[in-house]
Amino acid sequence: MSEAILKVDNLKKYFPIKGGLLQKVVGHVKAVDGISFEVKPGSTFGLVGESGCGKTTVGRTLLRLHENNGGSVIFDNKDIFKLNSKELRNIRPEIQLIFQDPYSSLSPKMPVGEIIGEAVREHKLVPEAELRGYVMQVMRECGLQDHHIDRYPHEFSGGQRQRICIARAIALKPKVVVCDEPVSALDVSIQAQVINLLMDLQKDRNISYVFISHDLSVVEHISDEVGVMYLGNLVEKAPKTEIFKNPMHPYTKALFSAIPTPDPTVKMNRIVLQGDIPSPANPPSGCKFHTRCRECMEVCKTTAPQYKNHGNDHFVACHLYDKK
Amino acid sequence: MARKTAEQREAVKKMREIAKSNKAVMKKYETEKKRKNVPASEYQTTMKNPNNILEIDNLHTYFYTDMGIVRSVNGVNIEIPQGKTVALVGESGCGKSVTSLSIMKLVRGPSGQITNGEIRYNRPGGAIDIVKTPIKEMQTIRGNEISMIFQEPMTSLNPVFRIGAQIDEAIKLHRPDVKKDDVKKQTIKMLELVGIARAEGVYSCFPHELSGGMRQRVMIAMSLCCNPKMIIADEPTTALDVTIQAQVLELLRDLKDKIDASILLITHDLGVVAEMADYVVVMYAGRIVEQGTSHEVFLNPKHPYTIGLIKSKPVVNQVVDRLYSIPGSVPNPVHLPNHCYFKDRCDKADGRCNSGIPELRNIDDEHKVACHLYKEGNK
Repeated sequence: MSEAILKVDNLKKYFPIKGGLLQKVVGHVKAVDGISFEVKPGSTFGLVGESGCGKTTVGRTLLRLHENNGGSVIFDNKDIFKLNSKELRNIRPEIQLIFQDPYSSLSPKMPVGEIIGEAVREHKLVPEAELRGYVMQVMRECGLQDHHIDRYPHEFSGGQRQRICIARAIALKPKVVVCDEPVSALDVSIQAQVINLLMDLQKDRNISYVFISHDLSVVEHISDEVGVMYLGNLVEKAPKTEIFKNPMHPYTKALFSAIPTPDPTVKMNRIVLQGDIPSPANPPSGCKFHTRCRECMEVCKTTAPQYKNHGNDHFVACHLYDKK
Repeated sequence: MARKTAEQREAVKKMREIAKSNKAVMKKYETEKKRKNVPASEYQTTMKNPNNILEIDNLHTYFYTDMGIVRSVNGVNIEIPQGKTVALVGESGCGKSVTSLSIMKLVRGPSGQITNGEIRYNRPGGAIDIVKTPIKEMQTIRGNEISMIFQEPMTSLNPVFRIGAQIDEAIKLHRPDVKKDDVKKQTIKMLELVGIARAEGVYSCFPHELSGGMRQRVMIAMSLCCNPKMIIADEPTTALDVTIQAQVLELLRDLKDKIDASILLITHDLGVVAEMADYVVVMYAGRIVEQGTSHEVFLNPKHPYTIGLIKSKPVVNQVVDRLYSIPGSVPNPVHLPNHCYFKDRCDKADGRCNSGIPELRNIDDEHKVACHLYKEGNK
C-alpha cells in the first residue's frame, strides 16, 4: 500500500464568540473538534454530514485558509501549519480547492483565460509565451472549447462555470483537490457530467480528492473511503463498500435511511431523526449525538465515546459497540 | 470607449425594435388585467372532470424581454385530482416554477404574461377560470384556497418581523371567521401541527433565530393556516439536509391526509418524487415530454429525456462505473428550434425527429409521451 499523501491528525478549529461591551471572548464554536483521516494518492475521501457540522471548515483548514487550534495536517511529509509564508506559497499549487457555488466563486470582471491562467503565471509553472496554449489545453481537458477563453463568466451556464472552476484548480497540477460540494448547485443531468469529469481527471492525473458533500448517493459514487461527521467529530469512517453495507453508528444509519430512492415500489423503512442539529457553541455533554439518538443509553449522556477500529478499517465512535 | 462595430449597432437596433413591439403587446395584456367590475359570468366555467381540483389546459406563459420572447410555459396540460399529489419534474429553467406562479397569477408583469390557455379551478361555489379571474377575486383564493410553499425559507420570511406576527397577519387577512383574540391561539395551534415543539417560544422568535428546517416548517404552517384545498410546494426541501428533508416530507404527507388537500410538488429531485407523488409530469424547455402515474414513469420511462434523467442520478447501493450523462444543454429559450427540442441531445434521434414538434400522445391509459418514437397506443 502506498504512503498517504495527506494525513490529518486530531485537527481542531475553534471560532471565538465575542460578546459584552469589550468584545471579550466568551466562548468557542467548536467547528472541528479533533478529526483524523488519511488520503492516499489517486483516491477519494468523502466527507458527509448535515449543514453546520463543520465539513466546510475542515476543507478550508486543510488548506490553511484558517489557522488550526491543535492537531496537524501532513501534506507530502510537511506539516502545513509549521511552514513559513514562503514555503506555504510554494506548496499552494499542489493543494487546491473547488467551491460550492460556481456563480459567486468566479470574478465577473475577468475573462476565463485570465481566471484559469492567473495562478499559473503567478507560480511560473509555464513560460509566459506558452501560457495561452497551456490554458487552452487545460480547458479542452475540462470539456470547454478554445473560443471560450476570452469570454466572461456570465456568458456560461452553471455546469460550464463549474468546469471553469475545475480547470482553474487543475491548471496548477495539484496533488490534492478539496472539492467543497462541487455539484450540489447543479441540475441532475449536469451533475452527472461534472462527476464524470472529476473522475476522468483523477484517472489521468492521479489526483487525490477530499470530496465534501451532503448528497450521499454522489459520495458513494465517487469515494473510496467515507467519513461521516457530526458536530465537529467524525463519528464513523470506513471504506465505501463497508460503510454502505454495514453502517454501525446510529447517526449514519439514520442518514442513509433518509436518502430518497427514485423507485416508487420501494417502501422506505425510514429512521426519522427528531429535532435539529444542536448548536456547536454549546454541544451536548457526553456523546454529542445522544439528544437525537434512538438507542441512547445512560452512559451516552455523560461520557464521550472512544473512536475505535472495529475491523476492516471501520472506525466508529459509539458506546453501542463497547462491549465487544 | 471603443466605437461599436457594425454588428453591435445592428444588434442594438434590433433590440430596440423588439422592445417597442413588446411594449404594445404588454400594454394590451395589462389593460385587460386592470379592467374593473368584471362580471362573474366571464370567468365561470365548468370542469372537464368534477373529481379534479385543478385542470391546466394549453397554458402559455411568455416573458417579453428585449432579447425576444421567452416561451417559459408553452402549451402545458396538467390535471390534479382531488386529494392526490402531482409532481412536476425538470431541470432549472424548464418552466416548472412559472407554471406554479401562473396558477397563483403571480407571474411578474408587465414582461411576464399568460397569453393563452385555461386554468380551471374547482371552487366550492362553482368552477372558475383563473386566467380570466380579476385580481380582486384572486386575492380571496390565494392563501385561502390555494397556498404556496416557497423554495427558500431563508428569503421568504421577513427578517424584521417575529414569526408569530407573520402568521397572524395571514390569518387576519384570510380568515374573517377567526376572532381577533383567537388569532394567536390559532397560530400556535398551526405551529404545533407542523411539529414545532416549543410553539410559544417560536411564536416570538425572529426568523434568523431558527434553523433551516424550522423555517421551512414555519413556511408550511403559514401556508396551511387557512385550510387550503390545494398546496403548491415549490422545491420545499431543496435547501435542506437529508435528515431534515425526511422530516419535512413526512410532515407534508401527514398533513395532506389530515386536511385532505391536493399537492402540486415541484422539484428536481427524483428521489423525492418517487416517494411523494401519485402522478408525475416531466417538463423540458417549457413543454411536457412525459406524464403518467409515478409507477409508470419510474418503472417504464419512455421519453429519452426521462430515461436519461433517471439514469444520471447515482443511487445508493447500485454501483456503476460511469454515470450516464445527457450530452449538451437546454436550448436557448428565445430561439427554440421547430423540431423536437430534445433532438440535439437525444441518443435515439432519427429522421422523424426533424418533422415538427411531437404532440403528447397516449401510449397507455395513464401514460403520455411526446416523442416521435412512439405511436398512439403503441407501447
